[in-house]
Amino acid sequence: MSNAILWMRDITKDFNGVKALDGVSIVVERGEVHAICGENGAGKSTLMKVLSGVYPHGSFGGSIEFEGHPTAYRSINDSEHDGIVIIHQELALSPYLSIAENIFLGNENAKRGIIDWNKTNREAATLLARVGLNENPATPVLELGVGKQQLVEIAKALSKRVKLLILDEPTAALNDDDSEHLLTLINHLREQGITCIIISHKLKEIRKIADTVTIIRDGKTIESFSMKEDDASEARIIRSMVGRPLDNQFPPRTPDIGEEYFRVENWNAYHPVDTERKIVDDASFTVKAGEIVGFAGLMGAGRTELAMSIFGRSYGINISGKVFKAGKEIQARTVSEAIQNGLAYATEDRKKYGLNLIADIAENISAAGLDKLAKGGVVDRNKETKVAEEYRASMNIKTPSVSAIVGKLSGGNQQKVVLSKWMFTGPDVLILDEPTRGIDVGAKYEIYGIINELAAQGKAVIVISSELPELIGLSDRIYTISEGRITGEVAKAEATQETLMHYMTAGRD
Amino acid sequence: MSNTATEAPSEPTGKAPVKSPRKLRIDLRQYGILAALAIIIVLFQILTNGRLLMPGNINNLIQQNSYVLILAIGMVIVIIAGHIDLSVGSVVALVGAVAALAMNSWGMPWWAAVILALVVGAVIGAWQGFWVAFVGIPAFIVTLAGMLIFRGLTLVLLTGGTISGLPDEFTAIGAGWIPPFLGEALDGRDVLTLVLGLLASAGFVIQQIRTRSTLKKLDLPREPAVSTIIKSAILVIAIMALAWQLSGYSGTPIILIILAVLILLYTFILNRSVFGRHVYAMGGNLFAAQMSGVKTKWINFAIFVNMGVLAGLAGVVATARAGSAVASAGQNYELDAIAAVFIGGAAVQGGVGTVVGAVIGGLVMGVLNMGLSILSVDAAWQQAIKGLVLLLAVAFDIINKRRSGR
Repeated sequence: MSNAILWMRDITKDFNGVKALDGVSIVVERGEVHAICGENGAGKSTLMKVLSGVYPHGSFGGSIEFEGHPTAYRSINDSEHDGIVIIHQELALSPYLSIAENIFLGNENAKRGIIDWNKTNREAATLLARVGLNENPATPVLELGVGKQQLVEIAKALSKRVKLLILDEPTAALNDDDSEHLLTLINHLREQGITCIIISHKLKEIRKIADTVTIIRDGKTIESFSMKEDDASEARIIRSMVGRPLDNQFPPRTPDIGEEYFRVENWNAYHPVDTERKIVDDASFTVKAGEIVGFAGLMGAGRTELAMSIFGRSYGINISGKVFKAGKEIQARTVSEAIQNGLAYATEDRKKYGLNLIADIAENISAAGLDKLAKGGVVDRNKETKVAEEYRASMNIKTPSVSAIVGKLSGGNQQKVVLSKWMFTGPDVLILDEPTRGIDVGAKYEIYGIINELAAQGKAVIVISSELPELIGLSDRIYTISEGRITGEVAKAEATQETLMHYMTAGRD
Repeated sequence: MSNTATEAPSEPTGKAPVKSPRKLRIDLRQYGILAALAIIIVLFQILTNGRLLMPGNINNLIQQNSYVLILAIGMVIVIIAGHIDLSVGSVVALVGAVAALAMNSWGMPWWAAVILALVVGAVIGAWQGFWVAFVGIPAFIVTLAGMLIFRGLTLVLLTGGTISGLPDEFTAIGAGWIPPFLGEALDGRDVLTLVLGLLASAGFVIQQIRTRSTLKKLDLPREPAVSTIIKSAILVIAIMALAWQLSGYSGTPIILIILAVLILLYTFILNRSVFGRHVYAMGGNLFAAQMSGVKTKWINFAIFVNMGVLAGLAGVVATARAGSAVASAGQNYELDAIAAVFIGGAAVQGGVGTVVGAVIGGLVMGVLNMGLSILSVDAAWQQAIKGLVLLLAVAFDIINKRRSGR
């Protein structure tokens, strides 16, 4: 244990008397990949903010030693100066600036305030080669996908001579290929002697890459063990995270599937900016009453675009095709028409498209079904609070009251608010886009239970997910999408990750 | 992670463990502004040796600031939705010119001129709303253009210079009082004003009691009884003191009644109507509102039509109070209204703000103006001080928010 690069001892931090960290200790060895696991709200991000100086020295309890010296960071600049760099889940790049400009943002290659462009681009190219990104350094960042942007962030960290790289949920928004590439890169950096802390919900990744795992729950360190130990397993991590063994990832369900209820025929949509590009190409599918139908596809395959174009044409242009519900063709040209026709779409990006983060739970739950609470254009506030209370109880939204501001809830609770909002509109057809993205294991299980319950009520449920085990565990039937086309339809019995992946990567000939 | 700060251990189903009252956060914020207003009033009351709250000055405070307050009511809705309106000062001037021309040159009766003024305001609002909502031009640009366009049109209409000699019924809207048809009592005081004060007090108390009893019946959280009583007592004292002072001067200004109706009406619209909810939802997260089925374009359009009508009304009141229409009328009113809204706690990025807050913000500016004028502070300094107050008020708000852990 002599070769530790970082010691954090008995870290405590509270917000207005509420303990977020309650004596967390963590030791990171030089040159290892150290995974930190914990449910949302366990205190992982707070811990990293304490480490990097976002919460300045003195605002928390306990001690930190980096490279053998006690730290007293007042800001992120101080910690970066020592070679500690955090890459957040939400990437912090300036979209209109080039890759090179972003890499050296705040750290420009300049002489007397004049930027040396040759040096900047040359060094940027070297850094890009190190992270395996084959792009021109002069390319504006907005032209890159999320996976490549992440690599730019890492290149930026390397430019700062990083010693300890902290990655917060690095693969949350990445497809499998990009995730794979990123993990390889982390391995590579380890070989170059860069220590890495990775915060992740994806246990498979942790098993693949981490040397050591520390599990945090309720602001406390639960345990820390080497992944080389014999009993180091995903099950052990899950057990420590939730504090109870999780025998089944999916709640039991007896499907009760009825007649065909929802049908989409020959659906087409084009990209709103790049108007020549077909985003959804002649898609046709059906969903039965009481059935859970999964949609699998790689990032950018057109899953979300298909769903949003059906839901009130909220994405794409030149949309054509027919939608039938209970045998009758329906029109859903605007979102409000879609809602009136009993459709609901819970977005994959709840912070951007799903919630009003500065409003309270009750206002968010009523947002799409306000008409049901209003008479003559006047909202019945008491009824609204009652309804919200009912959902808070039935969905187990963990908060003392429905007047809590949604922006302060954890991801799992926010997702429950989104689901409550759509359930309150009384839909017959629900499209749930990445319903468990960025939420912890315990809350996932609850969300699965809610989805099962919706199907049991005879609703037609569509689930879009990037996590294949989740789709297989949840769905009765799975469609695969690739390049905007539906490339396969797989029954639950035949669904394996391999078969799905085969269809998902079926390219155009 | 700080976002679990509000989490409690999961509760089994059954009775709700709720005791924290809804909207407490916003209320606290508003009390802060109210406290600031009270401090400023007391400060100037002392500095001016009691002259600030003399009946005549209170009367003038109301009549002089009424148009800015009317504009602030419309502006707070615009700002909650995430827009801004820079044109209202020019609209005030243009509407005033049209109304004055209608009465003096086109022979219209005063009431028809008022209706025409409101219609012109609505048309102007629809024009700007069209560009903002349906063409998608930022409101800052549309209303900056509007500021120039409508000021220019005012100059075109008023080539002959000032139009004065407006009918008495018209000027009474801005500078008149409700006739004392209940007679006088208590040493020549206007009984009607005192009765109106009593009615307003009673109305407020009854409304508080009713809210509490509905909440109790539905088993919903409510604030402690003590704070309701203290709140009611302070408000009743304030209303009655106002009525007492006004009754000893000329009675109830007509504009005070108009303002009271507008404050009640728009508070109701923002808090209780579907339209109001949609405005807050759009300001809080435009995309989420769209994906929840809010017809955002039409809401934006309606917000600007409404702002136009209120700007028209402000134009009527300002012209009535001045007794004449001039091309330079309404200069900088947009800035006063915007300042009032932000002092009143609205957020620049939208989604936050209240009518009452905006009105209190307007009164803070008004009291400052009047206090400094009584103290014969130079107009140039007055402007500088007002600017500083705006900056400090918003700075205070932002620092406060940061403290509370956001």
